[in-house]
Amino acid sequence: MADPKSLYQEVILDHNRKPRNFGVLEQASHKAEGHNPLCGDHLSVALNLDGERIAAIAFQGESCAICKASASMMTASVKGKTREDAETLIQEFRDMATGHIDVDKQAHHLGRLTVFSGVHDLPTRVKCAILPWHTLHAALHSVADISTESENDPMHAPIGDA
Amino acid sequence: MSARQSVLKPLNATAFDVLRIRADFPILKLAPGGKPLVYLDNAASSQMPQQVIDRLVRYQTTQHANIHRAVHTLSEIATAEYEEARRKLARFINAREEREVIFTSGTTEAINLAMHGYGRKFIGAGDEIILTTLEHHSNIVPWQMLAEEKGARIRVVPINDAGELLIDEYETLFNERTKFFGMTHVSNALGSVNPVKPMIAFARARGVPVLLDGAQAVPHMRVDVQDLDCDFYAFSGHKMCGPTGIGVLYGKAALLERMQPFKGGGDMILSVTFEKTTYNVIPQKFEAGTPPIAAAIGLGAAVDYLAAIGMDAIAAHERALLDYATEQLARLPGVRIIGIARDKAAVLSFALDGVHPHDVGTLLNQDGIAVRTGHHCAQPVMQRFKVPATSRASFALYNTMAEVDALVAGIRSVQKVFY
Repeated sequence: MADPKSLYQEVILDHNRKPRNFGVLEQASHKAEGHNPLCGDHLSVALNLDGERIAAIAFQGESCAICKASASMMTASVKGKTREDAETLIQEFRDMATGHIDVDKQAHHLGRLTVFSGVHDLPTRVKCAILPWHTLHAALHSVADISTESENDPMHAPIGDA
Repeated sequence: MSARQSVLKPLNATAFDVLRIRADFPILKLAPGGKPLVYLDNAASSQMPQQVIDRLVRYQTTQHANIHRAVHTLSEIATAEYEEARRKLARFINAREEREVIFTSGTTEAINLAMHGYGRKFIGAGDEIILTTLEHHSNIVPWQMLAEEKGARIRVVPINDAGELLIDEYETLFNERTKFFGMTHVSNALGSVNPVKPMIAFARARGVPVLLDGAQAVPHMRVDVQDLDCDFYAFSGHKMCGPTGIGVLYGKAALLERMQPFKGGGDMILSVTFEKTTYNVIPQKFEAGTPPIAAAIGLGAAVDYLAAIGMDAIAAHERALLDYATEQLARLPGVRIIGIARDKAAVLSFALDGVHPHDVGTLLNQDGIAVRTGHHCAQPVMQRFKVPATSRASFALYNTMAEVDALVAGIRSVQKVFY
């Protein structure tokens, strides 16, 4: 198991302390709620699509540091990007968190988001990191409510390979 | 002779020797990531002493066969050992008779047994079941399932800010429709020890049967079901130094006899034809199929182990741990203890300002400290205190004051990361 301190890096702690794009987005074109019933993490993601481009995005909610920092860095990463680019990041982030890609060896577009790569060594925390991304995916597809425990979750898949 | 006595005597006669007890638990020698294991998740599951491990090995290597069936020697031995375990459990909780001890897979199955066996037969439309805010989900959900099936209603005893049941409110919940009362003996989330005896007496005086969830009580204090005078008492083996997959439903014999079976199958019948099946007597009526024989015998050994140390001595040791831990945590700025009932078991639920419990748990783990974080399968308790989750340190007979110090140092180091 990796040293969890490698996960609680300054960049993550900073985004937890001062989350970016935290708050309400007036007149959002797309939004979704995400929650993890196992730990009570709960957040909402709202965004405005200008054509295919994410013109504005915001999140709010109550969650652990991993989830909040992931949400903060996610909103910073996808703001101004196209829906398609955002979907690529969602997939790559999920693959990284579940250990399906090795960010040191394989090509990806995650940039600074690789600070979360250590989470795949902490199976119980993988869902914390992924929840904002599930919720963004749901928002883009206008799925009203999403849960990491729900079978209706379009992103739902077994995580934390045995 | 005197030399032999001097070896045996300290077990019962000397002061509580926690280091000697620790030596019995091989898992406590682990040092995950180079840090000595500080195991403070005993309310979820306790560890197993070598004596119980050895008993499991001895059963499996020299005594195993199916029980209550064949005439061969191994089957006779296994049956005798399994029934001896039942006798030990009955003695441990002071049941009147051995047949009042039904082996189940754990507390959850024990409560489900009471629900199916008693509830589905005797509780109907419009009837009321009283539970408390402090219940673990396992003493809520089965009764909700019953209420939904029968059209019955659940009523809930509230708690105060300390995590204590409001007894006046409890008494006002009773009426002529009240048909059952289920209550946890000790809250798993907060540690509150409920004033069960007067509450049981109040319900029974109104002809209402009472089930106690004793999962968090039996491992930590002397429990006497005759003295309590409850109708049912449920508990788990793996929280009291025994194996997983085994637990007990104690029930008064007269009540158990009136109940319908829970699971159908072998061993719970006297005769079967396709026209009619005659059920076995208690406790076999409720033990369909091959039970977890080894686990039951292992639990018997766990009871021997605990009884030799003495439940009063264990309770006193854990009380000292709780008092010390409470005092130390209360001194830490930014720490809020959740659950400050006057009568508490050694469970310490707490919240850290600005730090989510999951982050607390992950970071404490890095110091080798195992605590539980989450809602503790007691979401109504979390809702009552308006927290999504807590961190919970729960102590057992083998924990030490030094481990409390390690917890305090661990919390300080979590705060350093976040502040």
